[in-house]
Amino acid sequence: MIHTITNFFTDEQISALDEIIDAHKDKPGSLIPMLEETQELLGYIPECVQERISVKADIAPNKIYGVVTFYSFFSMNQKARHRIQVCMGTACYVKGGKEIAEKIEKDLGVKFGESTEDGRFTYEKARCFGACGLAPIILVDGKVYGKVTLDSIDGILSQYE
Amino acid sequence: MGKTIAEINGIRDNVIKKEAEDKELIRIYVHMGTCGIASGATSVLTTLRKEIKENKFKGAKIVTTGCAGICSKEPLITVALPGQEPIMYEYINDEKAKEIFASHVMGGKIVREYAFLRGMETQLKERMENNGRIEGEAVVDSSIPAIEEVPFFAVQEQRVMKNRGLIDPNNIDHYIGRDGYQGAIKVLTSMDSAEIIKVVLDAGIRGRGGAGFPTGLKWKFAAQEPDGMKYMLCNADEGDPGAFMDRSVLESDPHSVIEGMIIAAKAIGAHMGYIYCRAEYPLAVETLNKAIKKARAYGLLGDDILGTGFDFDIEVYEGAGAFVCGEETALMRSIEGLRGNPRPKPPFPAHAGLWEKPTVLNNVETLANIPQIIYKGSEWYAGIGTEKSKGTKVFSITGDINNVGCVEVPIGTALSTIVNDIGGGVVEGKRFKAAQLGGPSGGCIPLAHIDVPVDYETLQEYGSIMGSGGMIVITDDKSAVDIAKFFMEFCTEESCGKCIPGREGTKQMLNILNKIDAGQGKAGDIPRLEELASVIQKTALCALGKTSANPVLSTLRYFRSEYEEAVSKNN
Repeated sequence: MIHTITNFFTDEQISALDEIIDAHKDKPGSLIPMLEETQELLGYIPECVQERISVKADIAPNKIYGVVTFYSFFSMNQKARHRIQVCMGTACYVKGGKEIAEKIEKDLGVKFGESTEDGRFTYEKARCFGACGLAPIILVDGKVYGKVTLDSIDGILSQYE
Repeated sequence: MGKTIAEINGIRDNVIKKEAEDKELIRIYVHMGTCGIASGATSVLTTLRKEIKENKFKGAKIVTTGCAGICSKEPLITVALPGQEPIMYEYINDEKAKEIFASHVMGGKIVREYAFLRGMETQLKERMENNGRIEGEAVVDSSIPAIEEVPFFAVQEQRVMKNRGLIDPNNIDHYIGRDGYQGAIKVLTSMDSAEIIKVVLDAGIRGRGGAGFPTGLKWKFAAQEPDGMKYMLCNADEGDPGAFMDRSVLESDPHSVIEGMIIAAKAIGAHMGYIYCRAEYPLAVETLNKAIKKARAYGLLGDDILGTGFDFDIEVYEGAGAFVCGEETALMRSIEGLRGNPRPKPPFPAHAGLWEKPTVLNNVETLANIPQIIYKGSEWYAGIGTEKSKGTKVFSITGDINNVGCVEVPIGTALSTIVNDIGGGVVEGKRFKAAQLGGPSGGCIPLAHIDVPVDYETLQEYGSIMGSGGMIVITDDKSAVDIAKFFMEFCTEESCGKCIPGREGTKQMLNILNKIDAGQGKAGDIPRLEELASVIQKTALCALGKTSANPVLSTLRYFRSEYEEAVSKNN
């Protein structure tokens, strides 16, 4: 098979994945927590991983694919080294989030959901982290930067190589 | 081994005694909600701990609390010296923290320059009744504004948020010390299902998630179902962008929600509960998990709660990033591990919900109100609010406004009071255009109607909704078409794809809005928007779909000339 999991992941990663599957598989409704941990472990959930979950947990592959593509926390594509999330919640939007997104798109040459060619940044849109008091905000690798301005973006991103 | 009721009451008495003893110590409160942490509160906390250690300073105690409410001034710390009014400091960083430690904590001298106010929010009522004084607390510097003189705090009525800024959310004893779990003890020892439901119905509380359905009625329907497996759920999937009231409650006072769920479970006869929390709130999830673990250890959750024979347990279920999962039937599908697609109602969840069993789903804020309704009674609760809507509502007020934060006001408070007094008006150099309430399902209230009372019926009359509590202040440099486009884009992307009006109708509306905004609008575009909106309202499957056209209709109602101007540019 082309999607052989061993072409993509190390033995260690695969056995950690198996542990996640085993820990959840007998509990009803545990597919989403299982996928959340898998996403955390591997950074993405490609078809070969979905196939392994399907076989080992006895869940139809179309059901897994349906769930993975429905929720924005799951990704089927490998992420870059760093993850930029620009908040596009209402408060950030009215405080200039759109202009910040436009600058990043122009400077990095990417659109929402894409990664830079050098594998440095994955660029995503986010839906409000509830830190509206600091609007507009961006997150880099989960760290919140508040009251971001067009002038402060370069300084923030330069910390991530 | 869990505790007995006598032991819980013993803890309460001890905490109260200890609090009195602590008044002999210097207390430093570090307010550590998401906003505080993102602004540097963790580093401030480390600095303060280091200062205590390095100076070998005895007699000071650090308390970490959740959100203090006024996010735009974070990080905030409060320093309370024995026999003196507490002083809250704003915009703190490591250097300022060191300076405050040396001067105020060690030297007894307030750093006036960084001081925001004197007094604590939890003392507000007492201060107001007592001419701004608290017995046994001396006023040291009257040039610092007193909390009751700061409109942001003075106009608020703290019920749901009564513990914020004071208790450590990770310390269950702090909650118990402020009458925590007394409501649960009352229902477990002396009330049956019908009695609990009667109190909640008499209190007149309506669902705070936005729809405003009477909470007691929802419970009554589920209680009437035959015994057997039933579920009690909490909706903490606060998806409206710009809304963060529930995050604030969960991070500052998680046990109030857990206690509310125990009471509801007893009322409907459920023994298992889930809190569905969005994954964008990692601190809230962590705080909840810690609180549940602690409640279990105390025997407040699990089998035979406090020896009363009632079983109930709670699990936190983390969402995976889908706005539609805030809709009740979608939320239940998501807990079942499926795509979060809503389904038609009836059957209503009270009859067939999670795993087709009778289920009640209440919002975080609704549940956080319940313990006090039970403990203090329905008459107390119904003492404020309007004729049809009792109690308070928490709003998160954001956008182009001076004081961004979480505010709790009696239902029926004028919008202008919230915007101008609590919010401190719009930022300098701009003019108020509208307040947007209810997120992608809501609408705008323009300047002409800024004095309307904020309650379910009035807001609806003016084309907006109460919603879950997100209130975004927009100034006149923003175009109404752009705001409408923003929300329609949101609805298009977050549509689950199941029904055609929700999936395709929103897309067509967005296409038209994009064209109008780009100056390529055509003469029939505005009527076409209205026609599409009307079809979506009538035919979409779920509440989120049905209301997705509201932001467009509401901006058309009040700012139609902006649409017409944009269209006429091309004609």
